[in-house]
Amino acid sequence: MSVTQILFWFLSFLAIGGAVMVVASRSPVNSILFLIITFFAISGHYILLNAQFLAIVNIIVYAGAIMVLFLFVVMLMNLNAETEPPHKSKYLMYAGVITGSSLLLLVVAALRKSESIQQMTQLKDGDVGLLKNLGRALFTDYVFPFEISSVLFLSAMIGAVVISKRDKEVHS
Amino acid sequence: MPINYYIVLSVALFSIGIIGVLTRRNAIIIFMCVELMLNAANLLLVAFSKMHNLALGLNFPTLASDAQIFVFFIMVVAAAEVSVGLAIIVMIYRNIHSVDVNFLNRLKN
Repeated sequence: MSVTQILFWFLSFLAIGGAVMVVASRSPVNSILFLIITFFAISGHYILLNAQFLAIVNIIVYAGAIMVLFLFVVMLMNLNAETEPPHKSKYLMYAGVITGSSLLLLVVAALRKSESIQQMTQLKDGDVGLLKNLGRALFTDYVFPFEISSVLFLSAMIGAVVISKRDKEVHS
Repeated sequence: MPINYYIVLSVALFSIGIIGVLTRRNAIIIFMCVELMLNAANLLLVAFSKMHNLALGLNFPTLASDAQIFVFFIMVVAAAEVSVGLAIIVMIYRNIHSVDVNFLNRLKN
């Protein structure tokens, strides 16, 4: 096996193991830390695919901003393994696990008959994911959606403030 | 690597996210599993973009960068969605003093 393949398997096991531990661990803080591990493994996959811009954006936005926000909310509510709500009934848990794994089984079984399944992906080379090319595409072809997303952020910011503001009429 | 490894990896991550949404009761963990499913879709989009870049990149040079810009916009929308969603969860916690989604069935009766 080459170094690329070893890295691929290592990052895949890290991502799937982290994702399983997100669902399985009891304390929400542990779940968040395992989700950060999963996001770093996915960023490693992006680097392996030579999508360097997306790897950096994934680390900055997801592992940096979003997970800190989650951690902040969990710490603010002082949630831990004791305050965790009790498990659902055993049959509902079995039903959920069976549903998810049958989706996995269905897609894998449907893929077996596909013709282009052995088509290779381009690892380690190809300069399409570099900042230079993506920046040029973003500011020429996609400049209008880019500006629209700023309006989206503004409305999200105002929405978060409005939602989390305590309404005085109800409580007084 | 052939594309089928990436497809199986992404579908596995997506299924784990679905299992988490269906089996957990904590609203924050359900929200985190939704984020996990979004990331699985992003990983598959990037893998497909590199696959098509290898096959068709000489004839269509903007093909793969379009997919990666698309992933970038998914991340932008996810960041906005997380801020509003966490505000809603904080509001729920302030009203019912719990993040258990099973307490949110007041509309039922």
